[in-house]
Amino acid sequence: MGMDLVFKALADPSRRKLLDRLRARNGQTLSELGSGLDMTRQAVAKHLALLEAANLIATRKRGREKLHYLNPVPIQGIYERWIGKFERNRLRALSDLKKALEQGDD
Amino acid sequence: MAKHEKPSFVYVTYIATTPEKLWKALTDSTLTRQYWYGRRVASDWKVGSPVTFWYEADGGEAVSDRGIVLESDPPRRLSYTWHVEFAEELRDEHPSRVTFEIEPTGKEVKLTLIHDDFAPGSKILEGVRSGWPAILASLKTMLETGKPLTGTSAEAAAAAQAEVAARTRKA
Repeated sequence: MGMDLVFKALADPSRRKLLDRLRARNGQTLSELGSGLDMTRQAVAKHLALLEAANLIATRKRGREKLHYLNPVPIQGIYERWIGKFERNRLRALSDLKKALEQGDD
Repeated sequence: MAKHEKPSFVYVTYIATTPEKLWKALTDSTLTRQYWYGRRVASDWKVGSPVTFWYEADGGEAVSDRGIVLESDPPRRLSYTWHVEFAEELRDEHPSRVTFEIEPTGKEVKLTLIHDDFAPGSKILEGVRSGWPAILASLKTMLETGKPLTGTSAEAAAAAQAEVAARTRKA
């Protein structure tokens, strides 16, 4: 379960889009995840398999359905590797500031 | 709506350890306090028994979360209810449910954490989302290297807790 797999999985915009969709609504089926996307069912299935191999999504069976869940645990490990505890709060403050400035009134 | 039956959060991590060591890490207070934001867990882990998570506050100890053991099958499966108590705003919320599944997979052990059965309009979802990945990453690192990650230390917990409380008040 290498870090290489995680970076490879994240290197594709379609796969990042699928993770965004799970972030917005966790526990979706393949069909739900692919709906409204400009991708074939096979392409979505392939992307999901890669994301699962990188452990960026977890799956559960519910009857005949397979549900997909965002699993950011490997990303947390990467984050902790390069971001020290003292940088953390400063970076969060910067990120909040950037978001606030970009969104205007919030 | 059938959607309520679905687990809401499922987290998976693969850890180079044994099921027994992983079970101990989930149920032993000297270990939980190292990787679980300084939390000391207390329970006899029998079905129906209370589970209490303590944290150090103002020179003493206070309860952060409480639950009841629903299932306990060492070293395979552990489930308990989850009631957040550290922030006053969260105390009225109906308990949710936390389940750990431990499966050996060759050289590693697969840990699946399911957190579900949330009250409608639950205010703890953001805390769940940011908390578990950090706790699980730290648990993995502790079991594999002997040292947890700094992001889940007791000091980091105080900051995270203040943030959750602030977010809850805003919501």
